[in-house]
Amino acid sequence: MSFFEFVLQNRGDVWFRTVEHLVLVGISTGAAIAIGVPLGIGISRSARLRAPVLGVANVFQTIPSLALFGFLIPVPFVGGIGARTAIVALVLYALLPIIRNTYAGIVGVDPAVREAARGMGMTDAELLRLVELPLAVPVMLAGIRVATVIGVGIATIAAAIGAGGLGVFIFQGVALVDHAVILAGAVPAALLALMLDGGLHLVERKLDWRAR
Amino acid sequence: MAQAAIAFTGTRFAHDGRHILGPLDLMIPPGETLVLLGKSGSGKTTMLRLINALLIPTGGEVFVLGRSTRDWDPVRLRRSIGYVIQEVGLLPHLSVARNVGLVPALERWSADRIERRVAELLDLVGLPVRDFAARLPHKLSGGQRQRVGVARALAADPPILLCDEPFGAVDPVTRAELQREFRDLAKRLRKTVVFVTHDVREALVLGDRVALIEAGLVSFLGSPNDFRHSDDPAVAAFRTLL
Ligand SMILES: Nc1ncnc2c1ncn2[C@@H]1O[C@H](COP(=O)(O)OP(=O)(O)OP(=O)(O)O)[C@@H](O)[C@H]1O
Ligand SMILES: [Mg+2]
Repeated sequence: MSFFEFVLQNRGDVWFRTVEHLVLVGISTGAAIAIGVPLGIGISRSARLRAPVLGVANVFQTIPSLALFGFLIPVPFVGGIGARTAIVALVLYALLPIIRNTYAGIVGVDPAVREAARGMGMTDAELLRLVELPLAVPVMLAGIRVATVIGVGIATIAAAIGAGGLGVFIFQGVALVDHAVILAGAVPAALLALMLDGGLHLVERKLDWRAR
Repeated sequence: MAQAAIAFTGTRFAHDGRHILGPLDLMIPPGETLVLLGKSGSGKTTMLRLINALLIPTGGEVFVLGRSTRDWDPVRLRRSIGYVIQEVGLLPHLSVARNVGLVPALERWSADRIERRVAELLDLVGLPVRDFAARLPHKLSGGQRQRVGVARALAADPPILLCDEPFGAVDPVTRAELQREFRDLAKRLRKTVVFVTHDVREALVLGDRVALIEAGLVSFLGSPNDFRHSDDPAVAAFRTLL
């Protein structure tokens, strides 16, 4: 059976797994933003936190993804078989680019601009809200984009621990030595990555003050 | 101390143990425009930053409106001082109107009142609201940016203005025009102004008094007329640039 035939015959299933995949990536990236942005802001304020936070986020990134999923299974509360464990692992992967870019965006603000803002009497909170974050947005979004695209790829492995998603086809295809089935997972995943990348790139351009 | 708008009393500043400024003793009465003239690295910007508490002296005091900068809430102090710096001072992601209305917005004025104030100020510095209010700083010429910088510094009607080479990057004609307008404005509004420059002409045009800063010390202090006639060698050296 060819790839196209397979997808056509199983289109309901392919669609379901694609949505499942998108949900995994969406929830995990959202959570990573909610955790990573405050951490990025935090390390831009405290030199003492910087090395440990970036160090830990870096370590997560270096653990091979299948191993990380495996390690998490026996962990109480977050572990076990299923989507919850997969989301935790995906969050851990997404953190580094988000933290790092939030930090880089903030410290990359022209010191003269910061000096002017302070000189006008901004408090630290006002400086952050009115100057540093708006100016850092393009860099932060670039980090979120990278995290999302990486997430789409890594989420295919989540099927190994029963979290569903497009990886289900890939693992099935590998087991059956059937290219059509592998492609039924791989092609939608690649398209998903491309679409999210393009979409976020547009958002990035839209929110960039330099483009106005 | 009560009659001085700004007073340096035995003020010193060191950074990482390296002596940068002082000891300085200098009184600036209300309504005066004092020009700080000096070579690059002489300590002019440091003096301004000591006045608005971006720096705190490592010895002595700086009194602003009768109170030491050590005792001021820095945020309150800075909101009573207009600060104009070169080019980069405008926030690049905010429109001209939002830049000018920034301190009033921080002070939580109503939107109406801010809008009226912005219009009034843009008018004052010769930029028609209709054409300029919505523009971002990078879509302005150098001279226009500097006008916006002055308008922004005046926004909350602070009694004191600090200007750090605000007219640096413009052509001589525009520069002369900006200087003249600035002088008239400062006098009309009765602001106390500390104005930094390394341009002798500008110093003599704008200053009620001129202070020559050399290696962190005031080596000459007097009216533009005194400056023209002083036989201090450092003054004479600067005069050759006229
Ligand atoms: N953040 C800083 N850290 C360490 N040294 C500094 C800092 N800022 C200024 N200095 C030093 O303090 C001295 C005075 O600097 P300042 O910026 O006040 O000079 P300036 O007169 O404003 O010069 P310019 O005309 O070039 O702006 C210089 O020797 C400079 O190297
Ligand atoms: Mg300077």
